[in-house]
Amino acid sequence: MSIDELEDMARRCRVEICRMTHRAQAGHPGGSLSEIDILSALYGRRLRVNPNEPNWPDRDRFILSKGHASPGMYALLAEMGFISHADLESYRVLGGVCQGHVDMKWCPGVDFSAGSLGMGLSFGMGCAIAARIEGSQRNAYVMLGDGELQEGSIWEAAMGAAHHELGNLKVFVDRNRIQNDDFCEVQMRMFDIPAKWSAFGWAVKEIDGHNMSEIVGAIEWMDTITDRPAVVVANTVKGKGVSFMENNPAFHGAAPSDEQLAQALSELGVTA
Amino acid sequence: MTRMAATRDGYGQALLDIADDDRVVVLEADLGKSTKSLHFRKAYPERTVSCGISEQNMLLVGAGLASSGFIPFASTFAIFTERAFEQMRNGVARPNLAVHLCGSHGGTHTGTDGSSAQSIEDLAIYRTLPNVVVMHPCDVVSTRELTKQLPALGGPSYMRTARNKTPVLYDGRESEIQIGKGITLRDGTDVAIIACGVLVSESLAAADALAAEGISASVVDMHTIKPLDGALVDSQAATCGAIVTAEDHSIIGGLGGAVAEHLMSTTPVPLERVGVPDRFGESGQADEMLELMGINARHIVAAAKRAILRKD
Repeated sequence: MSIDELEDMARRCRVEICRMTHRAQAGHPGGSLSEIDILSALYGRRLRVNPNEPNWPDRDRFILSKGHASPGMYALLAEMGFISHADLESYRVLGGVCQGHVDMKWCPGVDFSAGSLGMGLSFGMGCAIAARIEGSQRNAYVMLGDGELQEGSIWEAAMGAAHHELGNLKVFVDRNRIQNDDFCEVQMRMFDIPAKWSAFGWAVKEIDGHNMSEIVGAIEWMDTITDRPAVVVANTVKGKGVSFMENNPAFHGAAPSDEQLAQALSELGVTA
Repeated sequence: MTRMAATRDGYGQALLDIADDDRVVVLEADLGKSTKSLHFRKAYPERTVSCGISEQNMLLVGAGLASSGFIPFASTFAIFTERAFEQMRNGVARPNLAVHLCGSHGGTHTGTDGSSAQSIEDLAIYRTLPNVVVMHPCDVVSTRELTKQLPALGGPSYMRTARNKTPVLYDGRESEIQIGKGITLRDGTDVAIIACGVLVSESLAAADALAAEGISASVVDMHTIKPLDGALVDSQAATCGAIVTAEDHSIIGGLGGAVAEHLMSTTPVPLERVGVPDRFGESGQADEMLELMGINARHIVAAAKRAILRKD
């Protein structure tokens, strides 16, 4: 997909994120909107996955560790054909494939049952070790939230992945600067995040997580790192693309009202 | 003289037994020398992952490996597995990934390291998790055999092993050992003692003492706490009319709790539970700990008499 096509796919996903959370009157639009450009680039340009065979053993793994941002991933899975657009209506509905947090037991194309922060990086480390033992070229990609970095187990995995020189482990940090209760800066300052990863032995790159060309470039850069794990710290805006959600802690875990949905869709170029 | 051996050695031997299955991988958290996974590490370093002193990470690395088709065996001290309980809950049990967790040095029997190392709640907490099989074998032979059966299980498990040596009961009897099936070691008619782990041999000693007083006691090795062999519990209740449970574990929620929950719905007979009272341990030798906690053969005998007295 071209940069233009990736950007338009991300825009369509933003529309679905707003519709899903509005329909459920629950969920996490803010972190879905901040991650969606990166997810679009990953799925559109890089991930070796097959919607017709979601459990293909030699597929790349994608692990959404910030599993509450599930609407973003579901929207992408529908775009890629893992699930139907009708399935998106099952978000947070009893028996639906789109569980509140992404779940490998419920939804095709989901490789990790998320929902508890700080777990996905360790899981991705296991997937990367599995690929190495098998002699496979597949990669494990992990999407972390920035607030999630406050979980100590993240740093257990950061240390472990560097120790084992897992060049097939690729991580994005969605640095949107907002967590559940407030700005990260208020809740728990994390100081220099790229320096922390670097100190743990990772290859580190910092980008604008909404600039599609930069994102694609970062994904290509990750492919050049083969002797150690790589992390891209993507500076993002929580709620990106919907003016009243942008940089607003209230929309970490709150759904838009009817009026707000109409405004959001209008801003995203949907004509009634 | 009865052969003595530590159940953790049975775990270590079993890992070598099943190593021909190239899906088997071993995860360590800096205690492989103690849990006995070190033998596998020496023979198969390419299938052994050092996770450092990071139990939470270890459980989920195992989950990632299991999701990729491997069969991970992760071990550390029983007490330190508890640090990763939520990883076991959300990352392993919930997606039903076949990670096999072994907690060695369980119970007060572990001895002089003191209360911080004496896990007395592991069986209870893992028993609450859907999909997880929970075991606490009593000797080196059954530990080895049960571990060898795990690759075919298809779901996660927790097994507690012990640090110190216990009498070997199953030499030549490997074929009797099966996950989920309790073993009747002695038939009796007055009271049934259902035990697990290091208290199985104490229960046999208790049955001897009871026999000397003319009391006929069954002894059951309930090596699998979950799923509980309810049919065997029921048949013992029907035959003996009184039951004693015995475990080196908190009186709350372990084998005694499991048997009590079961009996209340089927055959409510008098039940006396021998287990660690609602307290922590301290430093002491294994036999001293069993005496201090009130869970050795002498206490099992007393509990058996109480249970018999409560019969109608």
